[in-house]
Amino acid sequence: MSALLEVNGITKRYPGVIANDNVSLTVNAGEVVALLGENGAGKSTLLKAVFGLIKPDSGEIKIGGTPIVFGDTAGVISRGVGMVHQHFQLVPVMTVAENLILGDEPKRGLFINQKSAREEIITLSKRYGLEVDPDAVIEDLPVGMQQRVEILKALRKDVKLLILDEPTAVLTPQEIDELIQVIRNLAKSGVGVVLITHKLHEVMAVADRVVVLRGGKLVGTTSPKETDEAGLAQMMVGRSVVLQVNRTEAKRGGVVLEVKGLEVRDDRKIMSVKGVDLTLHKGEILGVAGVEGNGQRELVEAICGMRHRETGNVLINGVATKDMAPHAVHEAGISHIPEDREKHGLVANYTIADNLVLNQFDQEPFAKGWIRNLGEVAKNADKLVEKFDIRTPSAFNTAGSLSGGNKQKVVVARELSEELPVLVAAQPTRGVDVGSIEFIHNQLISARDNGAGVLLVSAELDEILSLSDRIAVMSDGKIVAIVESKDADRNYIGRLMAGLKE
Amino acid sequence: MSDTKVVTESKSKPVKSFDVGSWLIPIIAVLVAMFIAAILIKLQGSNPITAYKSLFKTAFGSLEGIGLTLGKSTPLVLSGLAVAVGLRAGLFNIGAQGQLLSGALAAAWAGVTFDGLPGYIHIPIALIAGAFFGSIVAGISGFLKAYRGVHEVITTIMLNSIVMAIADYLASHQLREPDQFLTRTSEILPSAKMPIYSHLPLGFFIAVALALLIWWILGRTTSGFRIETVGRNRHAAWYAGISVKKTVISAMLISGAIAGLGGAVETLGITYRYAPAFNLGLGFDGITIALLGRVHPLGIIPGAILIGGMRAGAANMQFDSGVAPELVDLLMALILLLVTAPLITRFFKNNSNKSMTSGWGN
Repeated sequence: MSALLEVNGITKRYPGVIANDNVSLTVNAGEVVALLGENGAGKSTLLKAVFGLIKPDSGEIKIGGTPIVFGDTAGVISRGVGMVHQHFQLVPVMTVAENLILGDEPKRGLFINQKSAREEIITLSKRYGLEVDPDAVIEDLPVGMQQRVEILKALRKDVKLLILDEPTAVLTPQEIDELIQVIRNLAKSGVGVVLITHKLHEVMAVADRVVVLRGGKLVGTTSPKETDEAGLAQMMVGRSVVLQVNRTEAKRGGVVLEVKGLEVRDDRKIMSVKGVDLTLHKGEILGVAGVEGNGQRELVEAICGMRHRETGNVLINGVATKDMAPHAVHEAGISHIPEDREKHGLVANYTIADNLVLNQFDQEPFAKGWIRNLGEVAKNADKLVEKFDIRTPSAFNTAGSLSGGNKQKVVVARELSEELPVLVAAQPTRGVDVGSIEFIHNQLISARDNGAGVLLVSAELDEILSLSDRIAVMSDGKIVAIVESKDADRNYIGRLMAGLKE
Repeated sequence: MSDTKVVTESKSKPVKSFDVGSWLIPIIAVLVAMFIAAILIKLQGSNPITAYKSLFKTAFGSLEGIGLTLGKSTPLVLSGLAVAVGLRAGLFNIGAQGQLLSGALAAAWAGVTFDGLPGYIHIPIALIAGAFFGSIVAGISGFLKAYRGVHEVITTIMLNSIVMAIADYLASHQLREPDQFLTRTSEILPSAKMPIYSHLPLGFFIAVALALLIWWILGRTTSGFRIETVGRNRHAAWYAGISVKKTVISAMLISGAIAGLGGAVETLGITYRYAPAFNLGLGFDGITIALLGRVHPLGIIPGAILIGGMRAGAANMQFDSGVAPELVDLLMALILLLVTAPLITRFFKNNSNKSMTSGWGN
């Protein structure tokens, strides 16, 4: 029997870069292959080639033994290749069953046969051990459950090869464990799975084989049996990466940021921050751990003046800051690495140089009165591009042309360049490659050592544990516990995050 | 003392790229439009080469012709610029027509009312009156957009009708030329008429100077940066502390002021009075010209001269080749279609976050 997917010596050149350089890869039925690589390593190009979306300069791709035709994406899909995207493609107001049958509804006359639809879904979910409630409305479901619906959607189309694009980015530790189980079940039932991820311990937990791409080249194929996380990281970046952050004891100073009795509503006008008190000291990193959607985003936005505070105060060095005034809050001393860098952090079609002064463009030395000083903007850009290792041909390329990790470095560079007393970092390494993660972590620590108070909000428990001096656990809009990091225990914090008492 | 020299050189030079490729689109659009129109002329039984020759010879073949062309181009530069400023802030101001009309009427009123002033005072006053009223009309839409979330396309197009009705009412009542049968205002006083220097109208140079000023403001000033940032990513603008509301309103005020100035220049330089239907379509032509000029303040000038030239030469073309002057409208429609097609596809490309390939890997 031929392999599900055969990639034979694919090469794809773009002006100035080789995105894929003679890459070969095989995926067999019942096998979990992890595709690992930094941002810009060529994973994306390879996948586009598999779906027939780009034409490789040389090489061949076969699905089930038959070569694919460039441009025939529908043909690739009909041959059983399915993909679960990072961003779900579900209709939030429809039920699970309705989402699953969308586009291929069982009909009775002119109407949808709801009964047979439900039955089909239940059979499907039983067969793969993916339990879902067919009548639940998508928007009421937790993210992990929504992802299951996405996977089921692919399975319903008789998928033989399932590609999961960073599936764990939005999941809680518990949900990740469940997903790993699901992937194993799928493989057992004969589905080939390609898993794209940055998270090495998941690769170790679930993959049969690991394929590592670096700079467009396939640098190695290995398996969890033959290597460990450090080994994988080294293959990815080509050098040893210190995954455990080296961090000295915090030299804690006076209070720089105080949050008092803060209550905030989310976009749906539901109270999502329910009376939060926090104090952040000079020279410490206070980590806020929590499952996403427990009010962290709203907390950060309210602190940074981007979301209305129903009640409560945010004080910097004892002085209350204005509500709903990002500029005033920034001037009062808060730098903010926003959670959504594409939406808030960057203007994609501005140059890197302009993005590096995005919130200082009207201040000295970047402007004198009404007139911008483009010379200073350029000098600042050169300095920061070098200092923060932003990989770009020039500071005058657009920010949109950068890879995810480098985009984030632009945001981090801008926010750290001012050395304000408080830094609020929301999900600072989300979707960022290992090399950049390490760099950003070190920058956060050096900001702390230079005397800033750092409020770190992250869905990555490992990140919180390895960086924070103190950890505040947030659940259901409240801070349920604050622990010193030396007393922190992964399981204990995980249980608190999940809303369990002790 | 070379060691005290301050190094201000930046390593990476700003690639203020005059991106040749992107300017090919409008050029090709114009050529293709002319080719399609040529086929239609041929089908009609006339000679397209004779027609085009006559059109362009009249428009650009003599100083007199050039003067006429520049006169026709002036309001087009300004209405194109008005639309472009809106687009830069992410606003589609399709109300340039109404703003232009209010400016034209305001200038006519000022041109008749202020007697006994020297030209160098009277003309600026009339121009400012036009800009002011254009600005007010557009400002209404800006305010509604910023504080009530009403889309500017809806409000600007509705205001077009409202302004036109009010302007026509005023021109047939309070501001009507006394003892005249026609619905129109009196002719403006000689001191308000804009001078023409050996066929070259002053208004055109004002328009070009304004385009240069807008180009400089957008590229070099903090206000320009605010407008551009709001236009490209209003979420990031809000995060960066830029007041999106204020910027939207000020961009609309500027846009409306430029359109109003366009109307005023038309009144003071060409029509010398306001009469209903005198200025019809100039504001809408601004949309075509803004897009033809790739929403670049300086790119608008050649676009406006081209269209202005066609308008200037149309009558003679009919005389020489029998092709109706409406050919120019046909050409403009074709150009708009051809210019916007690539813009639209690019817009959807850039915004297709839900496409199959988004979010892969990086």
